[in-house]
Amino acid sequence: MNVQETIEEKLRRDLDPLHLEVINESSMHNVPPGSESHFKVFVVSERFAGENRINRQRAVNRTLKEELAGPVHALSMHTLTPEEWEARDRATLASPECLGGMGK
Amino acid sequence: MDTAVSQKIEDTVNSDRVVLFMKGTKDFPQCGFSGRAVQILQNLDVDFRDVNVLEDNSIREGIKEYSDWPTIPQLYVDGEFVGGSDLLLEMYQNGELEGMIKA
Repeated sequence: MNVQETIEEKLRRDLDPLHLEVINESSMHNVPPGSESHFKVFVVSERFAGENRINRQRAVNRTLKEELAGPVHALSMHTLTPEEWEARDRATLASPECLGGMGK
Repeated sequence: MDTAVSQKIEDTVNSDRVVLFMKGTKDFPQCGFSGRAVQILQNLDVDFRDVNVLEDNSIREGIKEYSDWPTIPQLYVDGEFVGGSDLLLEMYQNGELEGMIKA
């Protein structure tokens, strides 16, 4: 299993996401072709309800602790509850609303 | 973390009202995420202290343990951890960061 698949599997296992996107952004950085070092994840999960943003990100960081200590050098993330996602018209990472300015 | 390192981090976090732990310096960021954090603070016209974690490995590793946050950059305001790169951008865009810093 490559790093991207591992990230997806662990996030599905721990956070039971309604929607999950894991994007390898390594090619946007100064690393060799085929690298798996820079990722962006978008997680929509009921588990985030009642948690502030720091705790939501901590939950993702905890799940991916081994990857962050190993091959993953940078992890950018969006964490929403299903209600918040509805309010954003179920936008995905491909939608402009969610990319956030200088999205690198 | 040994107490000398933890004391050094505590002192650094409280050494200024706004402290950014980053890779590189505000004049010469060495990572895109750190560079973006500097840009955000400069756009808000905030005075802040930059701490280059690349110059001190004990700080680089220690700050992650201190805040229970595995990545750099990290912003502290009034001694409190505010967030990393994604949170800073979000709080900048929705005006929260300006409210917090200029309060």
